[in-house]
Amino acid sequence: MMLKALSECFGPCGCEEEVRKFIIEKVRPYADRMMVDMMGNLYVYKKGASSEKVLMLAAHMDEVGFIVSDITADGYLKFKTVGGIDSRVLVSKNVVVGEKRVHGVIALKAVHLQTADERKNAVRESGLRIDIGAKTADEAKQCVKIGDYATFDTSCMPFGEGRRIGKAFDDRAGCAVLCDVVREKDLPYDTYFCFTVQEEAGCRGAEIAANRICPTAALVIEGTTCSDVSDVPAAMEVTTLGGGAALSIADRGAYSDKTLTQKLYALAEENGIAVQYKRTTMGGNDLRSIQRSGNGVIGAAVSVPTRYLHSPASVISEKDFESVKEIAKLFVMQAEELI
Amino acid sequence: MKLKSELKKLSASVGVSGFEQELAKEIAALFAPYVDEVRIDALGSVIAHKRAEQPNAIKVMLDAHMDEIGLMVTEIDEKGFLKFTTVGGVDERILPSALVTVHGKQKLTGVIGVKPPHLQAPGEDKQSYTIKDLAIDIGLAPEAAKDMVRPGDFVSFAQKPHTLKNGFMSGKCMDNRAGVVAVLEAAKALSEEKIDADVYYVLSVQEEFSLGGAKTAAYGIGADVALVIDVTHAKTHDNKDGFDAGAGLSYSIGPNVSPIAEKWICKCAKKLDIPIFPEVDGGSTGTNAWSVQTVGTGVATAVISIPLKYMHTPTEVLNLEDVSRAGALAAAFVKKAAKSGREAQVIEL
Repeated sequence: MMLKALSECFGPCGCEEEVRKFIIEKVRPYADRMMVDMMGNLYVYKKGASSEKVLMLAAHMDEVGFIVSDITADGYLKFKTVGGIDSRVLVSKNVVVGEKRVHGVIALKAVHLQTADERKNAVRESGLRIDIGAKTADEAKQCVKIGDYATFDTSCMPFGEGRRIGKAFDDRAGCAVLCDVVREKDLPYDTYFCFTVQEEAGCRGAEIAANRICPTAALVIEGTTCSDVSDVPAAMEVTTLGGGAALSIADRGAYSDKTLTQKLYALAEENGIAVQYKRTTMGGNDLRSIQRSGNGVIGAAVSVPTRYLHSPASVISEKDFESVKEIAKLFVMQAEELI
Repeated sequence: MKLKSELKKLSASVGVSGFEQELAKEIAALFAPYVDEVRIDALGSVIAHKRAEQPNAIKVMLDAHMDEIGLMVTEIDEKGFLKFTTVGGVDERILPSALVTVHGKQKLTGVIGVKPPHLQAPGEDKQSYTIKDLAIDIGLAPEAAKDMVRPGDFVSFAQKPHTLKNGFMSGKCMDNRAGVVAVLEAAKALSEEKIDADVYYVLSVQEEFSLGGAKTAAYGIGADVALVIDVTHAKTHDNKDGFDAGAGLSYSIGPNVSPIAEKWICKCAKKLDIPIFPEVDGGSTGTNAWSVQTVGTGVATAVISIPLKYMHTPTEVLNLEDVSRAGALAAAFVKKAAKSGREAQVIEL
């Protein structure tokens, strides 16, 4: 399954090569043209019936992760986080490190050995190490070097009822959607399917991608916050798992185009596709960069609600994932009505 | 040693972020003999251009910011003291009793006054001063002060540069006049060479404020490749994590730099036998590379940094050998980029 393979790819922000290679092979048969730019954004172009308007669909390949900042004399790896990770989720997680994909664990001394204060206070990344089992710096350096990236090591699995658990659904779910939509035939407009880099570092890949293709309209496909969990009141849920594709109205970086978003919502309902609004103004995605590029771009964002974003194990609903796919298809195929 | 006197002079010059106009003229004159054309862009950055031998050559940019941290007057109080705010990241703990220059109708010497110890309540000295407790004394009566100074006037630190032992130098704004001097070294080294690239020496404004100067400069140039030269934290008695000043340069690794450009740095350093050490950042390098990398359709960007002790104080300390190394490495990088720069372009699949 495409989503499982994509979720398990190694692609921390700044090191997206494995994801890109995987996607290139999957989409090659459907592309009229493909290119990779200097930061690593992948552009998959499909010629449409008209070149009067240019569409951009964007999903980011990168995930939150780590970068090795030092190797200690006793063979542990110091690291920094890449993208926003709550350091409290790090302790005792499995990771994969570097070009050789070495396994490691994020290490902290046993609870028995901690003082009461140590236990009470949140753990910070500076106090943690990755243990790859090396006994000395020399031994560690045989397979890892400073500057190597690391990711969580989590298998993607079916989970609960119609759900999936795995890492990096933010935004491999979006990548999987694009890999599917790119198979559509007879597109009305010239369309770029953009697999972007470095969203987690501040939506930086999308910035130069939008500058390159100068789209008329863009749809960003994302994984977004879903906090419909224990002890959270309904008003704070943001999105509901299983409640359908989530359309953004506004977040910290962008206002979605109102007309486009409302039309997408109505069109989804007409077609029997489950849809909900994202009910917060927090968060952000590549739309912030794309929307304000060039002369400005008409843009909307549709997301798969994702519990426990930016952690080693996030959760999505397969139904929501399918709904996002359907909405992305509508955007491409019915663009004449929408834009 | 020319480099030493140039750095000393530039350390004494003033260019607080947003107020670099005089400094820009001085720097433009320094670069003019080594390039074909010098201009100052809309934000105030100096762009010195050495033209390529061939048309349609790759565009390589060497950047060092020229601006420095400082202060700005917010109010002249009824006693003629100046209340102020910071421009750029100023550590409030360095301010008490610091000598400053207030750039009013004319340059005025000032001192940041504090309450004498015998007027302080017991225990007051256990806490650092914050900016609201401090004011600049320019020694003028209220009327005269109001005549000479207006809110919005900027203030620079006034400590003079000094030579220390073993090739070390202290002074204000070594961050990043050291980078400016390194770029100048590169410009000198390359001035007689035929290079198959348009080379732009950018001495950018407003790094300490927004990284904005380098951004518009890169845009104006249409840069393909950029090397940013800045400073990094050196080891001190209370910071064991930094780099050894005088032992070589750091080069950045992480999402903010292009892996290809980073490789060129390593190759050039090896060839020149310049010691370099990796500096890892999970996001921004905290340098102009952050704004330059995503200009236009992207710029293949690398960063090298000169280790500096006591950053953002009027007594920053560095080693001149490192400045010289940065200049040599930057020159080699330009040549390498001229040869291999196309590798960093779009790949059609």
